[in-house]
Amino acid sequence: MALIRKSKQFKWHRKHLLGLRQLSAEEITYILDTAKGFEQISTRSVKKAPPLRGKVVVNLFFEDSTRTRNSFALAASRLSADVIEFTEKVSSVSKGETLLDTARNLEAMGIDIVVIRHNAGGASVFLSRNINACVVNAGDGFCEHPTQGLLDVYTIRKIKGTLEGLKIAIVGDIAHSRVARSDMWAMAKLGAEVIFVGPPTLMPAEVKQLPVSVSYSLDDVIEKVDVVNMLRIQFERLGGNPFPSVREYSHYFGLTVERMKKAKPDILVMHPGPINRGLEMESEVADGANSVILQQVKNGLAVRMAVLFLVNQAAALGN
Amino acid sequence: MIIDYFTMSNKQRTTNNELLIKNGRVIDPANGVDKECDVLIVGDKIAAVGKLEKSAQTIIEAAGKLVTPGLIDIHVHFREPGDEEEETIASGSAAAVAAGFTSVVAMPNTRPPIENETDVEYIHRKARQARKTHVYTMGAITRGREGVELAEMGFMAEAGAVGFTDDGNGVQDPAVMLRALKYAGMFDVVVAQHCQDDRIAANGVMNSGYYSTILGLPGIDRLAEEAMLWRDIQLVRKTNVHYHAQHVSTAGAIRLIADAKKDSVPITCEVTPHHLLLTEENCGDYDTNFKVNPPLRTQKDIEALKEAIAEGVVDALATDHAPHLRSEKELEFLAAPFGIASLECSLGLYVRALIEPGILDWPGLIRLLTEKPANIIGVDKGTLAKGKQADVTIIDPDAECRVDAAAFRSKSRNCPYDGWTLKAKVDKTIVGGEVRFSADG
Repeated sequence: MALIRKSKQFKWHRKHLLGLRQLSAEEITYILDTAKGFEQISTRSVKKAPPLRGKVVVNLFFEDSTRTRNSFALAASRLSADVIEFTEKVSSVSKGETLLDTARNLEAMGIDIVVIRHNAGGASVFLSRNINACVVNAGDGFCEHPTQGLLDVYTIRKIKGTLEGLKIAIVGDIAHSRVARSDMWAMAKLGAEVIFVGPPTLMPAEVKQLPVSVSYSLDDVIEKVDVVNMLRIQFERLGGNPFPSVREYSHYFGLTVERMKKAKPDILVMHPGPINRGLEMESEVADGANSVILQQVKNGLAVRMAVLFLVNQAAALGN
Repeated sequence: MIIDYFTMSNKQRTTNNELLIKNGRVIDPANGVDKECDVLIVGDKIAAVGKLEKSAQTIIEAAGKLVTPGLIDIHVHFREPGDEEEETIASGSAAAVAAGFTSVVAMPNTRPPIENETDVEYIHRKARQARKTHVYTMGAITRGREGVELAEMGFMAEAGAVGFTDDGNGVQDPAVMLRALKYAGMFDVVVAQHCQDDRIAANGVMNSGYYSTILGLPGIDRLAEEAMLWRDIQLVRKTNVHYHAQHVSTAGAIRLIADAKKDSVPITCEVTPHHLLLTEENCGDYDTNFKVNPPLRTQKDIEALKEAIAEGVVDALATDHAPHLRSEKELEFLAAPFGIASLECSLGLYVRALIEPGILDWPGLIRLLTEKPANIIGVDKGTLAKGKQADVTIIDPDAECRVDAAAFRSKSRNCPYDGWTLKAKVDKTIVGGEVRFSADG
């Protein structure tokens, strides 16, 4: 297949995709290149390819999700896998079945790949240690959301050609954002300069030890950057009130039409969705010429097909 | 007033059995002894220490071994009543005696908590029945450990409680803590605190820092410990009542204590083996056996704690032995309970943390496991002085042993040291003149 053409000696060997922190730049690039090959499947009249035929993919989602869950389901079915949806709200851990028991039960049914979203950081790591199936992290607490990170760098690379030397601002609630973390690892590894922008109350502990710089002023940063990724304010994760009001937050950190005037003309505006319109960004910006938000969604499909394909292949090779 | 429930046993031992421990290196810091000699026990009392030209019914040859006062651990969780599937006083005290401890202090955060004299007596009865080690207990500071109303400290003290703590949580309300300290002032018992401001700690599960950030786990800022400790020190300055800071884990906290001690504030403190050996980095694989509260901190904190131990700022070493079921620990890191079960391998851990790097010598270590903790809880132990109860531990300092959690006498296996090879092995543990544990069976 045309999929595997880059770096002939390189061999993908991971049967789990748990995070991007553990991956090398070479591995990330390999996924992106693989995704590129899958992109055209969605443009065919018959939107299916056979590599996961006879395989079972479980969408094990313990948190609300629409786009990620559907994207994985669609990616799996385009690769001809059977997809099982397993959605459960984690209310109390003391009640009900443990994550481990749930996973073991699913495994007993003969599944091949578990796509897991969970409110606990490390849930996918925990799962991968305890079951034989491939595990793909679809978001764990505020640790990582690797396929989002991959589709973000995929989108940037597709438009800008490379991430090398780009300045990228990630704006908002960094502390509670798995997207910010996965983006940071991928972008930094691929040679971009990442700037975290947000109030100090939404910065993670020891941020100075991360491969990023930090700014509390979007106004200072917006002029310099090639890409701005606006995170969603996750009201469900915020403890206390890290900023006094939505109005004040938008004033300092909202991407407004006014602020966009200071930006480079070819700046890419990204958002992992769903958007709080008028809060993180004004509608005119979200729907404007610089916005690549819907391309992110589209590219997400190709990236997830690549990830499912690669982990399955690694498992088949006995890793 | 402290009553030693153990000697009040209705079956007073009347034997005059003689037990002679010969040729060991006798280390008795309370009496400034560190020399090769013999220890004679008659009945349940120490009869003599020195070069004794004597025979006895029972002779223990201890050449090459250390002979010390029975070790004391002032911070263990034995889970009874309420969580007997995790540990019982019988299983916990069997573990204790195998680890060289002749006295332990059980924490009152059981279900229900130890909060009245009947609860205290229950612990003592279970300990008598187990007949392994002395089990003392602390009582709760507040009813239900809810931090609101004072528990019956007086009655509990009369029943033999050796101190008070809401351990597992700190007393959050400064007015309640002030009242507790004032009130405790009339009983001459220690008030101990698990220093942690719950509003700062919030829903944290590990140290707040680089690792919590990259692991995506909510952190507990060191300030949660230091803010409460600072507050309490101000309260103790006012009340002048003996206060004990439990499981001190940060460089900032130990500095606060050192400064308070310079001002003659009546404060003591303890440090656990895990805060001397493990760091937040150990949580990197989301292994829940490293989830503990206060959380594992950083190498800098370890250095500060070791320095404080070398300088004599730390008064006791204590395990905070916190057993949990495998099923409870086999959860996501976020959801698993806090706690490390380390009682059974603790002596080797102290050797690894303090003797091997030259922070302490053997007499220094033994002092923090005998005389000093005995003083904190106000019991007449931790010494080999003539006439004292014969609690003695015999240690082979050079023997190596591999930690095997599966072989623990404790009911729980949540031990992050499983598989470690440690030096120093308990050879015999003698409680009240009786050999309650012997390595050779």
